Amino acid sequence: MKLHTRRIASLASVTLIAGLGLAACGDDSGSGSDSGGSGDSASITMLPKNLGNPYFDASTTGAETAAGEFGGELEEVGPETATPDSQVSFINTAAQQGVDSLIVSANDPTAICDALNEARDAGVKVVTFDSDTDTECRDIFVNQADAAGIAKAQVDLIAEQIGDKGKIAILSAAANATNQNAWIKLMEEDLAANHPNIELVDTVYGDDDDQKSFDQTSALLSRNPDLAGIVSPTTVGIAAAARYLSSSEYKGKVALTGLGTPDQMRAYIKDGTVTEFALWNPTDLGYLSAYVANALASEEITGEEGDTFEAGDLGEYTVGADGEVLLGEPFVFNAENIDDFSF
Amino acid sequence: MSDTLVRPSAEAADKSRAARLLGQALRSREIAVFAVLVLLLVVATIANPRFLVGSDGWRDLLVTPSILLLLAVGQTAVIITRNVDLSVGSTVGLTAYAVGKIFVEFPGIPVVVVFVIGALIGAVLGLINGALVAFGRVPALVVTLGTMYIYRGVFLEWAGSDRINAGDLPGRFLSLGTKQVLTIPVLTIIALVVLAVVGFYLRSMRSGREFYAIGSDPAAARLYGLPVTRRVLGAFILCGALAGLAGVFYAARYGTVSSGAGRNLELESVAAAVIGGVAIFGGTGTVWGAGIGAFLLVTIDRVLPLLGISDFWQRAVVGALIIAAVALDRVLSLRRERQLKQARDEARNAS
Repeated sequence: MKLHTRRIASLASVTLIAGLGLAACGDDSGSGSDSGGSGDSASITMLPKNLGNPYFDASTTGAETAAGEFGGELEEVGPETATPDSQVSFINTAAQQGVDSLIVSANDPTAICDALNEARDAGVKVVTFDSDTDTECRDIFVNQADAAGIAKAQVDLIAEQIGDKGKIAILSAAANATNQNAWIKLMEEDLAANHPNIELVDTVYGDDDDQKSFDQTSALLSRNPDLAGIVSPTTVGIAAAARYLSSSEYKGKVALTGLGTPDQMRAYIKDGTVTEFALWNPTDLGYLSAYVANALASEEITGEEGDTFEAGDLGEYTVGADGEVLLGEPFVFNAENIDDFSF
Repeated sequence: MSDTLVRPSAEAADKSRAARLLGQALRSREIAVFAVLVLLLVVATIANPRFLVGSDGWRDLLVTPSILLLLAVGQTAVIITRNVDLSVGSTVGLTAYAVGKIFVEFPGIPVVVVFVIGALIGAVLGLINGALVAFGRVPALVVTLGTMYIYRGVFLEWAGSDRINAGDLPGRFLSLGTKQVLTIPVLTIIALVVLAVVGFYLRSMRSGREFYAIGSDPAAARLYGLPVTRRVLGAFILCGALAGLAGVFYAARYGTVSSGAGRNLELESVAAAVIGGVAIFGGTGTVWGAGIGAFLLVTIDRVLPLLGISDFWQRAVVGALIIAAVALDRVLSLRRERQLKQARDEARNAS
């Protein structure tokens, strides 16, 4: 009996420890904002998914540059962790401060909807970027890339790197990943229509897991030793494939491209495993978002389809269907420009 | 595990030497699993010669299982004492990330020191598991399930959306992931040395044999005066330290460590041990078997896609192997029980 109660006691203590751990995870503090209020220049609050994320650091840098150009005030606030409900309090604060516009990358498409609509009722213009909410909760979504542009950029890159002929394979994320499958389908169509000498021989799935993607690359190459190139439309996949290639007999013989981030790919660009890869440029994305926010705040545009506005160095943009503004073609990273980026 | 108490009957003596050897080989799980592994390699090499003879092929064949090999050795030591450690996957991830962070903070640190630090971090995490199991008398399944989530939680909190990139790690460390001595990868050599040392300890040292005694009957071991608490603690520390070492391997081999690193490795290590003939209720099995089991599991993962078998079937094949291994154990133990009974009855009738 004594043993029994002791066992329960220890179980309870384990549960307690686990509970404490969970409670610690729930703590989402972040920098608050106390300036604000509308003056002559547009006041903009930038709310990324979380702070301390190099990707969003880059987009905020772009937005600050833009604000400097059009003379607006930009402030970044945000939670430490990218959890669905953590952005609500920041949205409420921005609404109370009466900022002109709010730029947000949504951690959840619906969880922050009510808060955003309250802010809009209070006169705040809402721009989403990188990750959209439901369409009725924002004025404009700045889309980093569309599926067709992403697919075409990757096909163009691989075609250029292998001289427009030979066998290629795709290393994707999970077999049921919606984005990747849509891109792969468009790439297949593009290959069939415009690159008859390129043959897509294999598609393998690395589940966005470093280890599995790495091992799949190894299997892919031993199965198809005459492969000319690999396309990996996922940041995890391309880094794992590059790591495998860089230490294999195929280095320099098999071309590799796809979607990657500069930090992950820097080592492989420098050692010559990879020559060029693509991704949207988050600095440009933030830059464009700030211009959209400013155009909305100054009532230059309302978010209707067909509205046009100037976005500084990026030129003129037109609002598309469902209030979307498309950043443009994916950005190509190579040895010359990779050191300008850190995310 | 192959010697029995059955007295050789007249019939058995008539059997040819070859048949007896074959019978022994079939009873030895290590040899049976090894035969399956060899068969797999032959099939793979016929299907695609580069699998074995290509310079990458040979290296990958040996180096890919080294991480799971370390984990299987540690897991076996724990399972033999009738416990289990489900936290090893989280330990691998946490130490791999820690190793990356150490290199970011101290780029000039010697690689050997990093290996030692990795093993130490793992040992501390293993000590926590062991202390909860040995002193708290909580079932290891529950404790390590809890610490699996806690260690992973600490890792997530620490790493967040950050990750270690190959560019953060020095080239001399990354090159270890592919470096070869006499065509054998360095990581594989380290793993095999660990296997040999632990194998020798469990087989030939007095304290090593106590692991088996504890796993066969913990209550009897306690009554007999064996240091059960100390041995169980030792098993968990060993398992944690090897998982920490595996984390260092992971960083060197894959070069990228994100917060998902090492997920599911805990189950693979248990699977490797079970396939290699380690009884899940403790008391029997060898690290040699578990090591071959680890090689087999990893190699199957690499061979099946080579043969053009789909992802789903790859997992199903691994599952079938585990069930086959357990079923084989059951059949063999039933047969031995029958033989023992028969021998006893014969002995009674004779007297």
